[in-house]
Amino acid sequence: MSEHSGQHASVPTGKAIVRPYGDTTGDGMVQVSFTLPVTHDKRAEGAAVQLANKMGIDPAMVVHAKPMGDGFTFFVVYGRVNHLVDLNAVQVVERDFALLSAKDVNTVIKQRLRRKLSVVGACIGTDAHTVGIDAILNVKGIAGEKGLEYYRELKVTNMGAQVSVPELVETARAEKADAVLVSQVVTQRDAHLHNTREMSAAFREAMPAGRRPLLIVGGPRFDETMTDELGVDRIFGRGTTPGEVASYLVHALITQRKAMA
Amino acid sequence: MTGKLDLDPVLVARARELARRAGQPVVDLARSHTTVSVERAVLRLAGVTGADPDGIPWVNRLVDAVAADVGLGHGVAVPVFDALVREGSTDVTLLAQKAAAGSVRFTQPTGRAATAARSAARKAVGAGIRRIDRRRAERDRLVKRHGDPAQRPWIYLIVATGDIYEDIPQAQAAARAGADVIAVIRSTGQSLLDYVPEGATREGFAGTYATQENFRLMRAALDESSKEVGRYVRLTNYASGLCMPEMATLAGLERLDMMLNDSMYGILFRDINPVRTFVDQRFSRQVHARAGIIINTGEDNYLTTADAVDEAHTVTVSQLLNEFFAHEAGLADWQLGLGHAFEINPEVPESFRLELAHALLARELFPDAPLKWMPPTKHMTGDVFRGNLLDGFFNLAGALTGQGILLVGMMTEAVVTPWLSDRDIALQNVRYVLGAAGGLHEDFVPAPGGFIRRRANQVLGEALDLLERIGEQTLLTAIAEGTFGIMKRPADRGKGLDGVAAHEADYCNPATDILEAAA
Repeated sequence: MSEHSGQHASVPTGKAIVRPYGDTTGDGMVQVSFTLPVTHDKRAEGAAVQLANKMGIDPAMVVHAKPMGDGFTFFVVYGRVNHLVDLNAVQVVERDFALLSAKDVNTVIKQRLRRKLSVVGACIGTDAHTVGIDAILNVKGIAGEKGLEYYRELKVTNMGAQVSVPELVETARAEKADAVLVSQVVTQRDAHLHNTREMSAAFREAMPAGRRPLLIVGGPRFDETMTDELGVDRIFGRGTTPGEVASYLVHALITQRKAMA
Repeated sequence: MTGKLDLDPVLVARARELARRAGQPVVDLARSHTTVSVERAVLRLAGVTGADPDGIPWVNRLVDAVAADVGLGHGVAVPVFDALVREGSTDVTLLAQKAAAGSVRFTQPTGRAATAARSAARKAVGAGIRRIDRRRAERDRLVKRHGDPAQRPWIYLIVATGDIYEDIPQAQAAARAGADVIAVIRSTGQSLLDYVPEGATREGFAGTYATQENFRLMRAALDESSKEVGRYVRLTNYASGLCMPEMATLAGLERLDMMLNDSMYGILFRDINPVRTFVDQRFSRQVHARAGIIINTGEDNYLTTADAVDEAHTVTVSQLLNEFFAHEAGLADWQLGLGHAFEINPEVPESFRLELAHALLARELFPDAPLKWMPPTKHMTGDVFRGNLLDGFFNLAGALTGQGILLVGMMTEAVVTPWLSDRDIALQNVRYVLGAAGGLHEDFVPAPGGFIRRRANQVLGEALDLLERIGEQTLLTAIAEGTFGIMKRPADRGKGLDGVAAHEADYCNPATDILEAAA
């Protein structure tokens, strides 16, 4: 289980400044590769050295240069970088939940919830773009990562596109949804914000606070900090993977809830 | 001659018989139903082109109008050509426009009117099929002129920028760098669109929309490349999802050379209704057979969701089913790019020997099919150096087991969409392995009683067990109960079911009639 505890690695105060390590402490050696859109000749190699120098690599050794197609050259450069890294100045954006593998998600649900976790997903309003909800829910998933349907311990109901809010509430009730996922791609006249507020209001009206499913919205144009304003529990932006959503579900519905109880 | 694995010919024959038994009820189902997409494909063959101002193709508008008036079960060809005869016109696209405006009523004619409509429909659809025939003859001529790749496997490379005008120079560069087959990945989610977008497109999600115009542009560009590199460069796209029959038709009309076309992929991975898929599947395969297109099946996908060792036999079962459905639809062995993949966890002891056993099993079971060998994806990490090594072993396994089509693996799989340099390094990897060991399959004969032979026979045995179990129920039940992958897909659920109709007694589909008469 890869727990991202958010704790900084404890660094002895004396070693807060480090440099890259080739084969000797402090040698600062790095290796980079890149392509320049120039035909391979002496000048191209000079251009690669110039780029490396500007990256702080000095001296820079072009150890490999290879023409690729018309007017492109690929370079491998080794050299000493003159930058220092101050470990005390490292700032990390913390994810407030642990990223779990599919196997770990299934195990936690099985052992601690002792039933399948029910997820209902939809695109609401007139939005016909199921790209987002399908990337998260379909087994096919996105970028090589399988969608939530792939998780044995998740029961997924994908309602597809152009679902009305009352239909969504009804289905969430029928499926005893632990979480409701809503995707919004179209942002014309802030449709995504209006739709989301309408959805969260409908759930607040239809179900008491303790019985309400976790409300999650996602889409490329959402501001992830607007949860309170939109009345939802979580907002996921561009580039979110199914694994992150699954990990969040486990965190919000099982791990955190138990910890608070 | 018992081959390299000493497979028992009785068991192999039994496996094929069981696949036939499992598949036949599905074929019967496909023969007695139609779908909106099959009917739209018929209209495309009959010459309906273009889209309304909202981008909805006229074939969609016309099929919807006919279905609203007389239902789908008679087939749209006769009501459409009956209306055309009554209007005294020959322009089907114009009729579609009128139908969309509500100024045409459709009826299912009888007697002499029905005969006239049938004959007109057959003539129009026949012209479309003759266009596909001409495209096929054109391919044969170009292959003769420019030649096939010098080596097997053919090198298959993907481009996917979302912009067809950006894809073209990338595809041409890839051809110059050694690619024999170019695949243009589709935009995410296109498989779930119940219409084919129109025109050249410059924006997509992680891929480029498949449209007739994009097909035409890319094929023309690769014809130039073929001339330049002195070998015929093939083009691939996807006949999958809700518009599978139309994609196959457009591919035939625009001389695409290969199409991804799996019998169960859409059901399992896209939650498309099983009946819809099998009906669409059969029609699309009949078109591919006629067009001389090589299909690529999607068995690699099982291994990305399930364990590649434990579930190896599901690949064999799916290959046997795909073979049965393909033969039934008229495809010849040379058109069967049956899929499989190098997806065993490299941490598993003897993982490479297991891969060789599985790959050789497919080779021996389907000796005349140009098997499609898919690279590692599941166990590729951000460690690009290790990834390059793994791809080298994948290439070696392809050479050792005589694979027909090799999809080039990228060391940056799961990191970025391939850069120019990633593709160059990947092709260098392939060239090295094929150059150094391209003929090694001649010498590679696993030892009798050894690990590889035992493993291959074990997988065949497990495949037989699974086929026996399917035979006791039906394929639809097996799919409904989650036999393939872990997904349960009942026949009365999934996307696209509302676009399926049972044939009426007078169902008429001139395309199927012509395609089946030839087979």
